[in-house]
Amino acid sequence: MRDVAIVAFAQTEHTASDSGQSEPELILPVIEEVKERTGLRRFGFTCSGSCDYLAGAPFSFVSALDALGAWPPISESHVEMDGAWALYEAWVRLQHGDVDTALVYGFGKSSLGDLRSIMTLQLDPYYLAPLGLDQVSFAALQAAAVRADRAELDAIVRRSRAAGRDNPYALDLPDELTDAVAPSRASDVAPSRASDVVPSRASDVVPSRASDVVPSRASDVVPSRASDVVPSRVSDIEPLRASDVAPITDGAAAVVLAAGDAVAELCARPAYIRGIAHRIEPHYLGMRDLARSASAADAARAAGVGKGPVEVAELHTQFAHEEIILRRALELPADTVVNPSGGPLAANPVMAAGLIRIGAAAARIHDGTASRTVGHAAGGPCLQHNLVTVLEG
Amino acid sequence: MGNRCAVIGVGQTRYTTKRRDVSIAGLVREAALRALEDAGLTFKDIDAVVVGKAPDLFEGVMMPEAYLADALGAAGKPMMRVHTAGSVGGSTALVGASLVQGGVHDRVLVVAFEKQSESNATWALSTHLPFNASLVVGAGGYFAPHIREYMRRTGAPDHIGTLVAVKDRLNALKNPYAHLRIPGIDRAMVESTPMLWEPIRYLETCPSSDGACAMVLASESAVTGTPAWVHGTAMRSEPIFRAGRDTVNPQGGKDCAADVYRQAGVTDPRRQIDVAEVYVPFSWYEPMWLENLGFAAEGEGWKLTESGATALDGDIPWNASGGVLSSNPIGASGLIRFAEAALQVRDMAGEHQVDGARLALGHAYGGGAQFFAMWIVGRERP
Repeated sequence: MRDVAIVAFAQTEHTASDSGQSEPELILPVIEEVKERTGLRRFGFTCSGSCDYLAGAPFSFVSALDALGAWPPISESHVEMDGAWALYEAWVRLQHGDVDTALVYGFGKSSLGDLRSIMTLQLDPYYLAPLGLDQVSFAALQAAAVRADRAELDAIVRRSRAAGRDNPYALDLPDELTDAVAPSRASDVAPSRASDVVPSRASDVVPSRASDVVPSRASDVVPSRASDVVPSRVSDIEPLRASDVAPITDGAAAVVLAAGDAVAELCARPAYIRGIAHRIEPHYLGMRDLARSASAADAARAAGVGKGPVEVAELHTQFAHEEIILRRALELPADTVVNPSGGPLAANPVMAAGLIRIGAAAARIHDGTASRTVGHAAGGPCLQHNLVTVLEG
Repeated sequence: MGNRCAVIGVGQTRYTTKRRDVSIAGLVREAALRALEDAGLTFKDIDAVVVGKAPDLFEGVMMPEAYLADALGAAGKPMMRVHTAGSVGGSTALVGASLVQGGVHDRVLVVAFEKQSESNATWALSTHLPFNASLVVGAGGYFAPHIREYMRRTGAPDHIGTLVAVKDRLNALKNPYAHLRIPGIDRAMVESTPMLWEPIRYLETCPSSDGACAMVLASESAVTGTPAWVHGTAMRSEPIFRAGRDTVNPQGGKDCAADVYRQAGVTDPRRQIDVAEVYVPFSWYEPMWLENLGFAAEGEGWKLTESGATALDGDIPWNASGGVLSSNPIGASGLIRFAEAALQVRDMAGEHQVDGARLALGHAYGGGAQFFAMWIVGRERP
């Protein structure tokens, strides 16, 4: 295959609530940033990933073209998937050999709706969606199958949040997992809307928007930035606790790919894509062993993860237990540092979060702190679809 | 454009208002199995699956490829989902072809569908805030002013749209998969139907259809059966709100055509291309796209239509299948254009076959006439 490298990566300072910016307004700065960093104003190919359902209207990607300044008209495509798959499509396009650069971006504002119940609409509409299980309930089934140790899950969350606090683009979430309170009555379990939540203590309140925050004591809510409120709209669904769930996040990211002579011209330390592959599994949970991820394992083998050491792996873990599953599936060595960016548990802009994993893995090569890294993206309920890429300096 | 790629299988469902007898999965599987049968293959022979459809709100299933993985035999394989508005069917074919041209896979199944009976497409297409203030109802409300501007610029007489509506429905009578098959269709019948969006009458619009279309694409070494070779592929997009953008004769369409013609060695499309399947959802888009795609000089497209050149027995038949005016499962409509172009050069179009077709154009557009996808397929290997 033709050598293709990630030569630039940019992301927004993700927010836990609606900042008032439209999707094109979110995208514009990151597009400008990668254009500035590479000096490119035009690209051989452009591809994006987004989801209409987050905004609740068709064609969320159409307005994005206005942010791109797509004039004269550009060669462009769009996947209704995480931006990681847009990167894959662009990588394939660069294999043709007639164009040498590609712009990839992904964006999403999950603050606008109720993400947990919106994700239910991704299920088989005849047999699964009518059951009414939301995304967290599905994940809880997988967490139960993994039989993860509570201390291990809490450690993953604490480590991710600590890393996120050191990452200027991620949310600042507290070390204390105060929202991880086990439900005391059956009726507390599984509210599907924020309005269903009837907290028993003021500190249980999980605000969904900054404006909802009405702390009774100053110490109840201590966001370090105005935008950083506690993860919203989730209460505990055994064995998951609210802190195991990635926070609602708005954000966008952009990546520039290059091939041929363009690579050296655009980046001092390019992150070469040495392998990239993705696989999907059956949709129905009963068809899968939920404790394992066969598709992630297959994709990792196809991408060649095991052909060398892995210093850093950025995994698209929207739930703490997924890290345990993915570590095993990718057969990551014990010394691999997982999600030093904080990962989705510290910032999860849906439809961009997978692309950000690849970008963050590339950034470690760009800054010279790693020479071989792995980026991973996932889609579908309970890690149904997995993409793995291996990057080398 | 990379390695050689060929269409080796085509499958379609019969397009109709409501397919009550199948689920969404059943619908796409029907098309996929027919495409595999045409290629003499099974799901086991497929390396990757690409699914395309228009907005998920049409069926109320978000990112339905996750749910369709099982029905399309994709488990254990790579699967992708394309969405580029109305051009998505064409883009789906191009993404599938790209996987072959890029040397990533040898056999790719592409499938596009819409089950529009699950909702009401007109209201689903009346986009609202936050994307733009809603000034129009449906796609017809959006495109009618562009058509009126075309008529003003060119002085085209009022009956041109009627001619296209009749011609495409006459072609549909020869296509067993077509949704609108109207015996006795003629100008008087079209002109007797209500005006929906001036100057578009009821029978000058596309129907709302349930349906799916599938193709098997193969690398040169993996060809089975009768191939239609891909001679060129191109996509172009332009911003909807750019001031000064010509919505009647969009630059994106011209650039996309120029790109695909260059790859296929076409310098005179009217003479060199034998048949074209072009996305004409409202009758007047035939003369408009005749100009945009270089089959006629600017201002002259309507004369070509009026002369009968685009009829099945004309010198450059457009939409021999009956086109979007006769069948419109939106997300699939672009792929149907690409597939019908392939059927023509494989000499497998049945009653609507254009004799001796060797080179065919497949075209799709979407959004506010701002997304374009095109390919040229031929009987000979490029």
